[in-house]
Amino acid sequence: MTAVDEAPLSAAGNPIGFGSMKRVEDQRFVRGQGNYVDDVNLPGMLHSAILRSPFAHARIVSIDTSAAEALPGVVAVITGKILEGIPRPSLLGDNFAWMPTLSYDTQAVLATDKVRFQGQEVAFVIAESRYIAKDALELIDVEYEPLEPVMDAKKALDADAPIIRDDKGQTDNRITDVHGNQTWESGNKEATEAAFVAAAADPNCVIVEEDILYPRVHPAPMETCGSVAYLDKVTGQLTLYTTSQAPHAHRTVYAMVAGLPEQKIRVISPDIGGGFGNKVGVYPGYVLSVIGTIVTGKPVKWMEDRSENLMSTSFARDYHMKAKIAATKDGKILAVDVYVLADHGAFNGVAQPTNFPAGFFNIFSGSYDYPNAHCLVEPVYTNKAPGGVAYACSFRITEAAYVIERLVDCLAQELEMDPADLRLKNLIKPEQFPYTSPTGWEYDSGQYEKTMRVAMDIAGYDELRREQAEKRAKGEYMGIGISFFTEGVGAGPRRTMDILGLGMADGIELRVHPTGKAVLRLSVQSQGQGHETTFAQIVSHELGIPPEDIDVVHGDTDQTPFGLGTYGSRSTPVSGAAASVVAKKVRDRARIVAAAALECSPDDLEWELGRWFVKGDKERGKTIQEIALLSHSSLELPEGVEGHLDATAVYNPPNLTYPYGCYICVVDVDPGTGQVKVRRFIAVDDCGVRINPMIVEGQVHGGLADGVGMALMELIAFDEDGNNLGGSFMDYLLPTAVECPDWELGETVTPSPHHPIGAKGVGESATVGSPAAVVNAVIDAISPFGVRHADMPLTPANVWRAIQGRNVRTDMAVE
Amino acid sequence: MQTPAAVDYVRATSVANAIALLNEHGEDARLLAGGHSLLPMMKLRLARPDILIDINDLDELRGIRVEGDELVLGAMVTHAEVLSSPILAEHYAIFREAEKVIADPIVRNKGTVGGSMCQADPSEDLSAVGAALKGSVVIQNATGTRTVPLREFHEGPYETKVADGEILTEVRFPIRPRAGSAYEKVERRVGDWPVCSAGAYVVVSGGVVTDVGIGLTAVGAEHFCAPEAEAFLIGKAPSEENLAAAAQLAADSCSPNADQRGPADYKQHLAMELTLRALRRAAASSQGA
Amino acid sequence: MEITITINGEQVTRDVEPRTLLVHFIREDAGLRGTHWGCDTSNCGTCTIWVDEKPVKSCTMLAAQADGHSVTTVEGLEKGGVLDPIQQGFIECHGLQCGFCTAGMMLTGRALLDENPHPSDDEIREAISGQICRCTGYKNIVKAIQWAADNPATSEVTA
Repeated sequence: MTAVDEAPLSAAGNPIGFGSMKRVEDQRFVRGQGNYVDDVNLPGMLHSAILRSPFAHARIVSIDTSAAEALPGVVAVITGKILEGIPRPSLLGDNFAWMPTLSYDTQAVLATDKVRFQGQEVAFVIAESRYIAKDALELIDVEYEPLEPVMDAKKALDADAPIIRDDKGQTDNRITDVHGNQTWESGNKEATEAAFVAAAADPNCVIVEEDILYPRVHPAPMETCGSVAYLDKVTGQLTLYTTSQAPHAHRTVYAMVAGLPEQKIRVISPDIGGGFGNKVGVYPGYVLSVIGTIVTGKPVKWMEDRSENLMSTSFARDYHMKAKIAATKDGKILAVDVYVLADHGAFNGVAQPTNFPAGFFNIFSGSYDYPNAHCLVEPVYTNKAPGGVAYACSFRITEAAYVIERLVDCLAQELEMDPADLRLKNLIKPEQFPYTSPTGWEYDSGQYEKTMRVAMDIAGYDELRREQAEKRAKGEYMGIGISFFTEGVGAGPRRTMDILGLGMADGIELRVHPTGKAVLRLSVQSQGQGHETTFAQIVSHELGIPPEDIDVVHGDTDQTPFGLGTYGSRSTPVSGAAASVVAKKVRDRARIVAAAALECSPDDLEWELGRWFVKGDKERGKTIQEIALLSHSSLELPEGVEGHLDATAVYNPPNLTYPYGCYICVVDVDPGTGQVKVRRFIAVDDCGVRINPMIVEGQVHGGLADGVGMALMELIAFDEDGNNLGGSFMDYLLPTAVECPDWELGETVTPSPHHPIGAKGVGESATVGSPAAVVNAVIDAISPFGVRHADMPLTPANVWRAIQGRNVRTDMAVE
Repeated sequence: MQTPAAVDYVRATSVANAIALLNEHGEDARLLAGGHSLLPMMKLRLARPDILIDINDLDELRGIRVEGDELVLGAMVTHAEVLSSPILAEHYAIFREAEKVIADPIVRNKGTVGGSMCQADPSEDLSAVGAALKGSVVIQNATGTRTVPLREFHEGPYETKVADGEILTEVRFPIRPRAGSAYEKVERRVGDWPVCSAGAYVVVSGGVVTDVGIGLTAVGAEHFCAPEAEAFLIGKAPSEENLAAAAQLAADSCSPNADQRGPADYKQHLAMELTLRALRRAAASSQGA
Repeated sequence: MEITITINGEQVTRDVEPRTLLVHFIREDAGLRGTHWGCDTSNCGTCTIWVDEKPVKSCTMLAAQADGHSVTTVEGLEKGGVLDPIQQGFIECHGLQCGFCTAGMMLTGRALLDENPHPSDDEIREAISGQICRCTGYKNIVKAIQWAADNPATSEVTA
């Protein structure tokens, strides 16, 4: 199995199997014929708007909705008090004012007692038009009694800190997970501490410590979140069109939240305008649209505006890390220890496997071979929006990759070693795979040094260092930053991984019609990844049916089997494997049918792409299309074989897959202004076998832009009063085509040994790996000024201040 | 999506008609030019006029031309037109350099010179250009027109000398043969408002600076200008030392506020750094470099 | 108020509130849902259309302002069943992923090529700098626009 096998071409010119091919989806998108949630208009549909809290922390004294209700065109105004009065016959609480989060906490659907973050949902208006709904918001009179907010995560555990979750009887702002734990620890604490003690006493060793913040950012897909809900009161059928990356999991959650019978709920995720983890959670807005249709008996549409998206739906990161690394003076890493203060906002709403409350952060030991690693994560409530796991983070591997790659650069600076040499000295070697990391992950495969050498060759690394030296002599500051990351994606083995008790295995169905055309039904949900193209290619690879003859159905729970959805780069590792498995099942059935037609034993048949033939007699065979028709014909089949080729499968992955890569960024810094120009960016990814290299490269490009954005400009900070300072696209800056360089990509291919087609998943690799490369490059550029670290985002101001030796604290308002 | 509150809409047929409409509706009326400042404010419901008077049909407010020794820009000239104007480019590089970094190409298609001036955002780039070039505006009301120097135009953030019932009709800039000009801006990202911008024109004659204008925005420079720095340079050689001293004077006259674009000390530094860079290039250009 | 806007060559006359945003007129009144919106502050460019052949952000313009003017949307790019080269370029070069910003990007790209048939990559990047794409990292959008520049008349005939 290699990626270089050239697939034969179909009559339409597409690879029968793997290879770059144009996307099926594009035909509708370039014509403006996509169908996104805001494009859904049902007869009699009502619109809605949410009144949100202007305060981060305040007691609600009273809410007067009478003027809003009196506005012509307003159908209903719903408050938390009203929701408290609606009984809910469900497993998860007795009324509608609160709902469960994906981390077994509770979150207010509409605030009843207090508001706990700026932008929290306070009242819900249903009206005949979106304009009237917005008008009505202005007529709702809420009296608040402002309370002191907790905006600085570092003060959340102070003895005198205001208590945020008094609704739960809390006496501090600690978060307790479903297992009763208030801190999350991983690795070997004693051995790691001992290693640091030994290193401290050894004159041939160094210890480097750094405070490293991964600030709060937001996935900000171009399409905001929204839903259209319709409950048919006669049939009891609830149809919910929604921006969901996980329609099946959402259906189950709605059944639990609303107490509705699950077989009566149909969740449809039509075209999704980007997700990046923003569309995994179940938000109050979605639930309110469901309540809205229950109350009014009409379809209700809810679409958030951009500020609502940035201020209330799942943020990402907000990890305040204290990290240290011990190494010998010749650059052999000995141990890493990380403490994390994790800001989860006002409700613990992180979306991640239950047994991994800090996500997969404990993969932070990275791509290096050393024995001792330990981390302790301490989560806290603050008066900020809930979330934390989002933005292509692979369940917090973004934070993990960032902290280790920053730390290794700090170490290189301390040792006055080239950061490339330091990495090469410590990378896990090919013969060590499968490699068990010091925190217990089993990396499946990799050729790390080879990949790094490919990246260094494309970059012309030695030449860049020469250029840097020449420029420095002239007072010009260029920087070269390296990041080498290892991901773990494809959650996951259901034995250890579930969300709200739902094991993370994916179902799939493949039907082959009599004429040999096929329909594949997926549980995973494209938000732009191109599933309609790549999943057809997987089936094509296994069955030899041209991809243009295979339709892929997804995004409708009535049309597809159960599965956990698309996030954590899990589509290819889990559902992609399922597609291969189900196609092989079809192939096995086809073998029995072909044997019956050829009057031989199935064991006498051999497979070549698209055809079973008799061993030793290649002319005697049947194509998959012929077999499909035969399977529906009057051909007599062996006992127990009933005909048809259709098959279903459920794929439960044995392990995660571990894509990795080496990124090199080149920047020029103007020390007079602090401005950073990303001149070049080289990305060499190894994601195993590439199904559609064009799509893989496209995914990498997008993630690299994320890295430039987070490293240089994206930020959600707050002031002491609780105001969100990143609440619109004027303030939450995303990179444009001007800040992004012409990405230079390379590849190595190390198949996953346990994945049916050797693929690993790549959707988040570049978002995970690239921020450290950009930051390392900027710090490298300004290191002559004595700078070893500065926190993201490296805006001109922050770079200039770092050069002055006075770093800006980036999570709070700039002072 | 955010939506504006209910509003009436009328299209003015002439400047006189627009003024009559303004007088008829009083302070509840707002002129609608490019709309890129007003409409977002209305969508946030921070602005809620009763009636919008659309002046986009008024051709008399369009066009870029030379009148005597002045460049004249109609109030409804768009940023894109300023950027691509060969007339303006012939006289001052600063127009092109500044416009290239104002908002983005699509917004520049709609946003207007008059609209930007009247919005009077304390971070407006065109205000720095106008102050640097010592331009003036023509304001018309029911009784006639008056000319106000741009260095007296602003009454404070978002406040100008344009009173109720008045329209800004033109912006005028003196033509200065042999002037070099330049614009420098630091922004967090293309299309963002400036962290700080500085623009300048310099006329060097006989080895000394004979005329100079310095404009700054986003850093709390009074009337977007730096007159002490200008006075310092007159009669002096455009040496690095003199330009740096002038730039420092310019920065000293600013009082920036900290915000998410940067702390005050950084902005003060940028005021110096960018003024110096603009002066350097403007002086070099005046000397034919 | 009653307004008439010529959208993709067809006159659309509707009675609307004066406050109706142009993007809503296009999507809801004219029923052309290929134009999307992504922010409220004219920063993202998702809603870009043409008014009188010039790219404009339709979330920051009233429908009333377009009364009597002509508007072109993504639905107007395909002519007689033939994709515009800009559309074909986006397909050929994988210039889109989720498809949400694509209409605006194509319209800006087309307008650029109409003024400057052979732009440099930097000129393309500058032209689309008022538009955000979260999926592609822009590289393939630049390539797609260059493809259209290189293939001005090579479009596939659609069924």
